[in-house]
Amino acid sequence: MNTLEFTLLVGMGSLLAGFLGSLTGLGGGVVIVPMLTLLFRVDIRYAIGAALVSVIATSSGAAAAYVKEGYSNVRVGMFLEIATTVGALVGAAVALHLHVSVIAIIFGFALIYSALSSLREKSEHTTNGPPDHIATWLRLDSSYPTPNGVTQYHVRGVPLGFALMFGAGVLSGLLGIGSGAVKVLAMDQAMKLPFKVSTTTSNFMIGVTAAASAGIYLSRGYIDPGIAMPVMLGVLGGSLVGARILAGATVRSLRLVFAVVIGFLAVEMIYNGFAGKM
Amino acid sequence: MDQIMAVLLRSGVLLAASLVFIGGVVYLSRHDLPATNYRVFQGEPQELRTVGGILREAGEFHGRGLIQLGLLLLIATPVARVLFSVLAFIYERDWTYVAITMIVLSLLCYSLFGGGGL
Repeated sequence: MNTLEFTLLVGMGSLLAGFLGSLTGLGGGVVIVPMLTLLFRVDIRYAIGAALVSVIATSSGAAAAYVKEGYSNVRVGMFLEIATTVGALVGAAVALHLHVSVIAIIFGFALIYSALSSLREKSEHTTNGPPDHIATWLRLDSSYPTPNGVTQYHVRGVPLGFALMFGAGVLSGLLGIGSGAVKVLAMDQAMKLPFKVSTTTSNFMIGVTAAASAGIYLSRGYIDPGIAMPVMLGVLGGSLVGARILAGATVRSLRLVFAVVIGFLAVEMIYNGFAGKM
Repeated sequence: MDQIMAVLLRSGVLLAASLVFIGGVVYLSRHDLPATNYRVFQGEPQELRTVGGILREAGEFHGRGLIQLGLLLLIATPVARVLFSVLAFIYERDWTYVAITMIVLSLLCYSLFGGGGL
């Protein structure tokens, strides 16, 4: 197909991806790579470069809103960003030397994990346990607004959270995704942060992680302007519309549909990886 | 402080998107564009991979150069945010976090300016 057709079709697909991504909270990046590789027959390296760009765009736009509301914990975010950024650099470096089939297979499994974790019911855990030495030393404990007024919380499990964040960073650099699911897992389950604090702080961090890998991808020539242009503009536009329509509330049935679609895409990618078609 | 950061992020994304859009229009208005074949990975030409090259291409008003400049600006937006955090922590005299944030900042700068040699 010619360039104009390609640009318009990719743009429309990205618009839809961004729209659904912001409604379900899964993010558009997760769908961009399968869309580009499976539908448009784009080499996975170009696809990951474009997806990283869209992740930065949407997360920076969203983070702007969250920082204002006083939920995200800047200290936790900054401290953990050391882990995610190093992870992203490692992931991007590894990706340069991995065969594309391997990347496709890993991507498929990461997709499945994202889909499943988006459906998991968030578990309630107590947030007012005793203070943790490391958390106190780093002054990570904070408070957040709740219906009962401003509530304090303690942060725990710092080493485990740090290690998980490194993993999230590696995945981000390797696959061009935001790794929001792993980040929220680390903060919610390992570090016992209140759920809303975990999700907003994760949003706050995703853009930085993606920027770390994007720099490497750019200098290695993985980011093609012809592809990244419609993807970035499409996903941005779609997520802005999605955010406006359903201000914060997510519909479970929509999430289920999205998760099933992603599951299907994941299987396709894994299959293609093994069959050597990527 | 938070307000300034929010504005910074939003304007960065907006500026980057505008550049990408303008570059896109210039790029698509050329009549001699080849049919797309992204199936084979060749890597981008050198001038679209370095900061200097991108600035030059954009300066000559080439569509792809302009787009790439917009993308570069987009990648720089979170970096600017981290830089802003360094300043905010300095203002609060929180030296532990000045150090922590500077580590993140240097990692990001390494990626943007030196990461090609891996």
